[in-house]
Amino acid sequence: MKRVVITGQGTINPLGRSVAETLEAMREGRCGIGPLEFRDVDRLAIKIGGQVKDYDPETEFNRQQIALYDRFTQFTLLAAREAIGQSGLSFGGELAARTGVVLGTSGGGLQTSDENYRSVYEEGKNRVHPFVVPKLMNNAAASHVSMSYNLKGPSFTVATACASSNHAMGLAFHLVRGGAATVMVTGGSESMLCFGGVKAWEGLRVMSKDACRPFSANRNGMVQGEGAGVFVFEEYEHAKARGAEILAEVIGFAMTSDASDIVMPSKQGAARAIRGAVEDAGIPLDAVGYINAHGTGTAANDKTECAAVADVFGAHADRLMISSTKSMHGHLIGGTGAVELLACVMALREGVIAPTIGYEEADPECALDVVPNVAREAKVDVVLSNAFAFGGLNAVLALRAA
Amino acid sequence: MSDVADKVIGIIAEQAVLDKSDVSMDQTLGDLGIDSLGLVESIFAIEEAFDIQVPFNANDPASSEFDISSVAAIVKAVEGLVAEQHA
Repeated sequence: MKRVVITGQGTINPLGRSVAETLEAMREGRCGIGPLEFRDVDRLAIKIGGQVKDYDPETEFNRQQIALYDRFTQFTLLAAREAIGQSGLSFGGELAARTGVVLGTSGGGLQTSDENYRSVYEEGKNRVHPFVVPKLMNNAAASHVSMSYNLKGPSFTVATACASSNHAMGLAFHLVRGGAATVMVTGGSESMLCFGGVKAWEGLRVMSKDACRPFSANRNGMVQGEGAGVFVFEEYEHAKARGAEILAEVIGFAMTSDASDIVMPSKQGAARAIRGAVEDAGIPLDAVGYINAHGTGTAANDKTECAAVADVFGAHADRLMISSTKSMHGHLIGGTGAVELLACVMALREGVIAPTIGYEEADPECALDVVPNVAREAKVDVVLSNAFAFGGLNAVLALRAA
Repeated sequence: MSDVADKVIGIIAEQAVLDKSDVSMDQTLGDLGIDSLGLVESIFAIEEAFDIQVPFNANDPASSEFDISSVAAIVKAVEGLVAEQHA
């Protein structure tokens, strides 16, 4: 089996327009959640989110591109530009044929759906723009990345709600590890912050009206975010031969299904995925120094996740660190694992553990070291990134320092 | 029985897949086999039926302003919200 390394990373999210800006915000424990700004927000009960503010697509894309790119595709392309730029790769000939794109998203071009339903139902129009379908389809972002960079290998989109980008990155890892691709561009993107997108979540009664406070006893729900994270996964020998800078190594991945409830998480399903990733990596449990938690800030997730970690790691659960950066950027749904992987790479490369901000009150059901409120310097060699989706679909990645 | 109580019991009975006559005021939603998803659906149905906003967060049902500890408590809370609505 081939070894798989990360040679590029890029992002746009509520904390920043680049990896550098995002990591600075995470080191400072800055919050990117604030008042939502879009049409009809006054008709929502939930009025906060992790929105990418002051974003003007016209500074990044031309008119023809904007006609085809939903906001989730725009975010993907901006993150991909940074990641591929950092990798130093250009794609032609055999390498182009052996490079693909696997991206996660849950809602796809939801803003496009929302705008056009409004137009035909509310405004009574009988005609829509000709590109509505290619703009809203879930694979639009993956396809535009492949077209923009001439990537002709295995390319598709994964939709497993909140675990989408972890599933996508896990599959990209498998494709490179198994030899089906030399390079994979992978990660995820989401942009559901529009009236219909937030209204739908409101209905479930799990959203917080004031803040995302994972693991804190007074937590009262999740907060949605938007944005994208994209990585370049590359076969190790290929990266080494060209002298690429290796940011981290992907060493394990596991996915499980709870097969129990459409919204309530299961400790067993989460634990099997966590243990599976460690076993796939072939490392001892006590090698894991940091876990980037799913940590949504809901009552159900956080206590279930902590119980799963305690079950898997036993006494070592009290020595490792576990934090949720959703407290800062919100829950990016299908893109969340990708943005959170940035915190994992930061932990490995820089020895800085991103904090769980908004932590106010200890919860005996979440009695782990959640790195409350302030980033911490600590050397870690192996990290995990958890994602547990509605529908009981779990995906956990394991990374090692380069 | 008030109109409100009758309608609320109807909604709860439908969610529990029971006859209205099998729902009694002292029962809890747990007694009736209604889980968290069923509860959220019932609250939605109540909001639609009475055109009211029910203050309820599934993260912490116990500390929501809306008392869901029994069928009687729910009826009382809905009666209060309906009265406020028409005040």
